[in-house]
Amino acid sequence: MKEIIIDPITRLEGHGKIIIVLDDDGNAKRAYFQVPELRGFEKFAEGRAAEDMPIITPRICGVCPMAHHMASTKALDDLYKIDPPSAAKKIRELAYNVFMLEDHALHFYILAGPDFIVGPTAPKSERNVVGVIKKVGLEVGKRIIVTRKKLRDINTRLAGKVIHPVFGVPGGVSKPVSEDDAKEIRAIANEALDFAMFTLKAFKDLVLSKKEILDLIISEAYTHRTYYMGLVDDKNRVNFYDGKIKIVTPSGKEFAKFDVHEYQNYIQEHVEPWTYIKFPFIRQVGWKGFVDGEDSGIYCVAPLARLNVADGMATPLAQEAYEEMYEMLSGKPVHHTLAFHWARVIEMVYAAERIKELAEDPELTDKNVRVMPTSTPSIGIGVVEAPRGTLIHHYETDELGRIKRANLIVATQQNAARIALSVDKAAKSFVKRGIIDEGLLNMVEIAFRAYDPCHACGTHSLPGSMPFKIYLYNEDGKLLNVITREQ
Amino acid sequence: MSERVKVAFYWCASCGGCEEAVVDLAEKILDVINLVDIVFWPVAMDFKLEDVERMPDNSITVSFINGGIRLSEHEKVVKLLRQKSKLVVAFGACSSWGGIPGLANLYTREEILERAYLTTPTTHNPDKIIPGSKTEVEIDNTKIEVPVFLASLKPLDEVIDVDYYIPGCPPTPNVTWKALETLLSGNLPSKGSVLGASDRSLCDECPLNKTKPENVLIKEFKRIVNFNPEPNKCLLVQGLPCLGPVTRGGCGALCVNANMPCTGCFGPLSDVRDYGGKAISYLASILDLDNEEDIKRELSKIIDATGLVYKYYLPKSALKGKVGGSKS
Ligand code: SF4
Ligand code: SF4
Ligand code: SF4
Repeated sequence: MKEIIIDPITRLEGHGKIIIVLDDDGNAKRAYFQVPELRGFEKFAEGRAAEDMPIITPRICGVCPMAHHMASTKALDDLYKIDPPSAAKKIRELAYNVFMLEDHALHFYILAGPDFIVGPTAPKSERNVVGVIKKVGLEVGKRIIVTRKKLRDINTRLAGKVIHPVFGVPGGVSKPVSEDDAKEIRAIANEALDFAMFTLKAFKDLVLSKKEILDLIISEAYTHRTYYMGLVDDKNRVNFYDGKIKIVTPSGKEFAKFDVHEYQNYIQEHVEPWTYIKFPFIRQVGWKGFVDGEDSGIYCVAPLARLNVADGMATPLAQEAYEEMYEMLSGKPVHHTLAFHWARVIEMVYAAERIKELAEDPELTDKNVRVMPTSTPSIGIGVVEAPRGTLIHHYETDELGRIKRANLIVATQQNAARIALSVDKAAKSFVKRGIIDEGLLNMVEIAFRAYDPCHACGTHSLPGSMPFKIYLYNEDGKLLNVITREQ
Repeated sequence: MSERVKVAFYWCASCGGCEEAVVDLAEKILDVINLVDIVFWPVAMDFKLEDVERMPDNSITVSFINGGIRLSEHEKVVKLLRQKSKLVVAFGACSSWGGIPGLANLYTREEILERAYLTTPTTHNPDKIIPGSKTEVEIDNTKIEVPVFLASLKPLDEVIDVDYYIPGCPPTPNVTWKALETLLSGNLPSKGSVLGASDRSLCDECPLNKTKPENVLIKEFKRIVNFNPEPNKCLLVQGLPCLGPVTRGGCGALCVNANMPCTGCFGPLSDVRDYGGKAISYLASILDLDNEEDIKRELSKIIDATGLVYKYYLPKSALKGKVGGSKS
């Protein structure tokens, strides 16, 4: 038995590695994706004051702190059985969409951009953000930086802090939006929509127009037939802030649609001894190991999953882009991992359109942004769609609102099993007779990037390249060779 | 300095927010790149640990390290960076005092693992498998190494010698920039200094300070759960335990500007030995009550005093938490 370890050393030891086990012929038998990351939030939440949870949980991840802050704040609404005033919900949803847009933009241009805009087979030295700027032009490069900064400044105004927001309180938000803020936000909303539409066009011109990239997107190597999960509104359209959780089967049939309070009936988490990450699966279908298909409970979340479970988008330009994608990829659900990128750009358009709607809503500056709780707390559950998928916070408290127990279902975790499938498939396709094809490294890397496995939530690896190191062992566990992926 | 300044960034058990905060320097990042050579930054650049190992001792001008120490690997890397660096700066709350993940020190390693892998309601674990309970696991006849989760989270200066501190969770771009300017000026402050932030309390720069009397006196503490503070009036005077008076300034009162109390992420002022101890005695001192009993009763209404005053500071505190005192 031989063993290969791929260690993404940019994040150095201890932050995610791939182990490939070979059979006697030297072909990959199975690959494992290990996440050695644990900080214990579910435990040390115990004893904390409930109102501190929106301050504490964003520290799970500084890249998507708004997602944790919002899931936590909504769990507090539920804990105290209060429905926030309409203006408060709109302020929250506005800040949330601003966050989704800038996070998706960062991913698209900095992380995925190199593979798609510059090209998956371009020289490594050009497959970086500098290469992207060369392709799209310096002006556009600057625009990306400036737009991102403006969006983050909006959220400093709305949420207090952009990294680790503070504005969410049970029953609403901590302060109303001033007329000055609203004016500023409306101006930036127009720019944001132009920017999103520009990005969609860039995706079409630079990515979809190339046959070899389309072929890559639909290639079997990047295809897994799993279940999908995501939030939908009352018309079954994508919504990031609120809605019911919907699951579809690999053949696209509705499997379930439920209120987040029932999540335990649908989601369970499998534990493996060799990694700190847990593998959520659909309870009714069961854990059948790392395989895809109708009989395996493995599902995925994030942009493509959201689009797959929905009937469409709630805004016109995004809807147009949505229809175009499913037409080109011949129907729902789309199982191609690389279509995550496409879905992400469509979601950018939706987020920008929604920002504009909310920015122009006269209710945005309404002063009534809070309802006070009157009921005794016991259980609170909240859900949002994080950039990387469905995020659930569940708290149980004593009658003073002190946390007794907490359970967190984090987006990246839910993709862990499907990521494992991608790694496994890559290994099986590209490791033959003990020889590792360069294709393995690229394929694993490109597959990873599609999921945008979040950093602190999952692997801690940030946008950028992921140089790998491979350790090739013989049957006695003796090191035969070390291969480093060239940059 | 005639030679180009060499800078390294590294993260330990970080949420990534400290790294994002550096990216939020936005266009100033380009100035930084013009001024210094970045020789190691795993999150953004592909320099490997071996490259650092090959560098002569003391050849890195300054290493910025964020995140607390939670895994054995973190210990290894920061010791290496110490050896290679003239100066080491603890960047952010986690690295300086443990930060919010440091609240994990209220529980043992075993309790944390048990909660995560056995008792959460969605966990399906019939064989009671606990990752990390063994350092090596056998699957498919192959032994796979599982990294060790340390018994507690440690601030950086419990593992290596630290020259300077940059506070905040995360440090704001403004503070980071000022700290860089100080370091590049060649006019270095004394060892152990806090860089980039203010030497005065947050109240000093808070826009609501003019509504705060010299001696604050309140009858009771309020909770944000069922209290909506009126705008433009000091939150502490209104009864919310705002930690501005005992917290170092520098952030521009971000939380207070959002009508929320300061929770202390910039940590203590220079002359304070234990942030939480200082905070709780300050809160007790402003209670306008006559006898000890009443003060005790009022303080006990704070349902999680540890979480309130040690939110960012527990591993560094005199209290340390359940697993504290474990100096490496
Ligand atoms: S100090 Fe705050 S922002 Fe920095 S790593 Fe720690 S939790 Fe994240
Ligand atoms: S106590 Fe808080 S609100 Fe009052 S002046 Fe100080 S920082 Fe501002
Ligand atoms: S107000 Fe306090 S908690 Fe908020 S950012 Fe400033 S120092 Fe940190």
